[in-house]
Amino acid sequence: MITTGPMPKTSVPRFAQRRSALLLSIAAGLIGCSGQKPADETAQTPTIAATPAAGRSNGGASAIEPEDGQWVRPAKTYSSTRFSGLNEITADNVKNLHLAWTFGTGILRGHEAAPLVVNNTMYIVTPFPNILYALDLTKPGAPMKWIYRPGPIAASQGVACCDVVNRGASYADGKIVYNTLDNRTVAVDANTGKELWKTKVGEINLGESMTMAPLIVKNHVFVGNSGGEFGIRGWLTALDLNSGKIVWRAYHTGPDSAVLIGSRFKPFYADDRKPNLGVNSWPGDTWKIGGGGVWGWISYDPQLNLIYYGTSNPGPWNPEQRPGDNKWTATIFARDPETGEAVWAYQMSPHDMHDYDGVNENLLLDLPINGATRKVLVHPDRNGYVYVIDRQTGEVLSADPFGYINTSTGVDLKTGRIKYVQEKEPRIGQVVRNSCPASPGAKDWQPSSFSPVTGLIYIPHQNLCQDVEAVEASYIAGTPFVGMNVKMFAGPGGNRGFFDAWDPVARKIVWRIPEHFPVWSGALATAGNVVFYGTMEGWFKAVDARTGQELWKFKTGSGIIGQPISYRGPDGKQYIAVLSGVGGWSGAIVAGGIDPRDSSAALGFVNAMTDLPGATNKGGMLYVFALP
Amino acid sequence: MSSRFLSLLAAAAAVACGPARAATTMRELRVCADPNNMPFSNQQQQGFENRIAELVAREMDAKLSYVWYAQRRGFTRNTINAGKCDVYIGVPTSLDRLSATIPYYRSTYVFATRQDRNIKLASFDDPALRKLTIGVQLIGDDFTNTPPAHALTARNIVRNVKGYSVYADYREPNPPARIIDAVAKGDIDVAIAWGPLAGYFAKHEPVAIDITPVSPQIDLPFLPMVFDISMGVRRGKDSLRDQLNAIITRRKPEIDAILDSYGVPRLAVGQVGSQS
Repeated sequence: MITTGPMPKTSVPRFAQRRSALLLSIAAGLIGCSGQKPADETAQTPTIAATPAAGRSNGGASAIEPEDGQWVRPAKTYSSTRFSGLNEITADNVKNLHLAWTFGTGILRGHEAAPLVVNNTMYIVTPFPNILYALDLTKPGAPMKWIYRPGPIAASQGVACCDVVNRGASYADGKIVYNTLDNRTVAVDANTGKELWKTKVGEINLGESMTMAPLIVKNHVFVGNSGGEFGIRGWLTALDLNSGKIVWRAYHTGPDSAVLIGSRFKPFYADDRKPNLGVNSWPGDTWKIGGGGVWGWISYDPQLNLIYYGTSNPGPWNPEQRPGDNKWTATIFARDPETGEAVWAYQMSPHDMHDYDGVNENLLLDLPINGATRKVLVHPDRNGYVYVIDRQTGEVLSADPFGYINTSTGVDLKTGRIKYVQEKEPRIGQVVRNSCPASPGAKDWQPSSFSPVTGLIYIPHQNLCQDVEAVEASYIAGTPFVGMNVKMFAGPGGNRGFFDAWDPVARKIVWRIPEHFPVWSGALATAGNVVFYGTMEGWFKAVDARTGQELWKFKTGSGIIGQPISYRGPDGKQYIAVLSGVGGWSGAIVAGGIDPRDSSAALGFVNAMTDLPGATNKGGMLYVFALP
Repeated sequence: MSSRFLSLLAAAAAVACGPARAATTMRELRVCADPNNMPFSNQQQQGFENRIAELVAREMDAKLSYVWYAQRRGFTRNTINAGKCDVYIGVPTSLDRLSATIPYYRSTYVFATRQDRNIKLASFDDPALRKLTIGVQLIGDDFTNTPPAHALTARNIVRNVKGYSVYADYREPNPPARIIDAVAKGDIDVAIAWGPLAGYFAKHEPVAIDITPVSPQIDLPFLPMVFDISMGVRRGKDSLRDQLNAIITRRKPEIDAILDSYGVPRLAVGQVGSQS
């Protein structure tokens, strides 16, 4: 049973208010720093609410699926809310939460996946070599039911850009479906662990790899490729759930016929309506290796019968070498799931210069905006803006900064275009200092969560800026060149991460928790008004959904970059589960054993993370918590 | 207390015990190499780096073995710096990730054109470059590409430039060679590629290919087209590096002969400011 009405408690305890005021003043202090730098006069900073909006509900996710106590896909709901309607664990009793059981995955790389819970079985996908474990929740300590090993090609590790992660599996119709790093989509019998089909959808020898979690809608499995740094051409592919056969594929560069742009395509902005922009917004045939992969999240609206997802950055050319908008990279698409036809598209970062992929999650919410309930898509983008977009038309209703931004000065809502700051454009031979947000963006893949109880979106993200300069000799495939030395560092305030509560109606931050490291884990909101997230030091935290007050925490064995979930066990109790196991782009310094002296490693992220090896160690472990 | 210190100790111990061990077990030289990247190396051991590795192993009286790994992002971290092998035969002298020997050759990016087209190019500032179809190689790390790609961009030569991924399709032999194939086939008028690659494949294409060093050697403000090449060992492996330095010095003529036989275009080391 899900709570969608107003919260039972309308008054916030006094201590909580004080706590919020403290957090707000800290946050305000951070933002105040930006004024000290004359170059950043045009910087965009988020608005912090004067008083927390606790107690108000802004409406809810479209078609909230009934709470069945399971977790069948990483985002739980098609609307990508990652909200659990279970309310046994509350803000009042979460302090009693204790460790119920654990499970070691035996893998040392970054664990970004969400566990799934279906029919009293838990399923876990590991990073490469992408092992699938099934754990029996009906027995004490949840022993293994079976193990499935897909045996991906070892060479696929060489084309993974940022650690060999996997973001999870999806369940439908008795099948667990997920992607392997070497571009196989596999379906496994959820009961027996037997492989039902395995389809090769990409080619590692062309630089493609796969890290995203599929979405399953009716008979279709949607998957996309990674590899924007290696000269791939991005696509989304639909497979038949029963046979694994490819049903359709939509490319994100090239002629309209390949992008599946036809008569139904009605983008909101004039810039997007010309024919064959996937060719004509690129010089020559550079679109053929132009990037635009799909390694993030897909949402689905059953009423409109549309899927929504974002594409990655353009590549492998430097920005100056690909004049034009470089469509359809860094773009959100709305498509018909049956045919793949594009219905609308909106490009957040035309001619991206900063590696601002558009792959982050799209939360499908019905929100009261200017007196009417609007069907919207909320997208916190790497470029630092929270976009609220009409999901029927593609019109941008608002775009507000949720992090510190000096690479652009806002989004023109009339044209839909972001307003770039020219001085921050990286150019060969020039040093560009203090670009914010850095290449991983104000927020990367780590998915946010929405609570229909509070009306707030809980956004885990980072606070990083970077310098870009050409200095160091490098070498690939026998070819020497001068690498661009990218060095990332903490943004204003000196902390590298935030966990924010964002009000999508008031368009401001309601409360903010500064974290030492980037917050690279997903968020989980629950009906008990408790929100969970993990830190890269390994703390798993529970905070009050209304105030951000820390209610409970537990130190896990490794940094957390996984996605927490909640489920009802066979005993009727509510459980919280999360994978610990540091890595990913941000944690590559630990998971990949990188020498901290190599400051430009992991594309410059290592410079910002040299103290991480002293804060945590690698190793994948599942932690499951419950009340006594 | 660093592993670097420990490996220094180990290296010192190895040197101290050297003669005694040589009498019983033969020393092994583990070379890290790309299995599919002629003219440098391949698994059939046909590349000039394979020839040089054999020469070095002979000089050290060591058994030669290989650890094969494609030279893609992370290759040093996953091979030599993971302790799986001891030496890369060819890396830029200024590559920070490794400890480099003295350079044993210097090469340059070159213009490669079909001889029968009679295209004479010497400089990035040649007006003909605005009209010709030009091929360059792309690395594709964020903000990073080959020097010719940047030099053309700096001159606003963009729309007539065709990109070839330096990774290309690894299922095919010698993936980076596609750019030279494209010159021979007439897909592009000129390739601007790294000298050793261009020099070798120019000799193996069915049509005659002209190779001309690019100029300037350093495109301002800081874009070198010329690189010194050394052998690279793990940082801290000073003893091995010193032995390799001695071999390079002693066997320079043989090394030069190997490079000549593979058509590696070279500039005299010391012609521009030394990077070592």
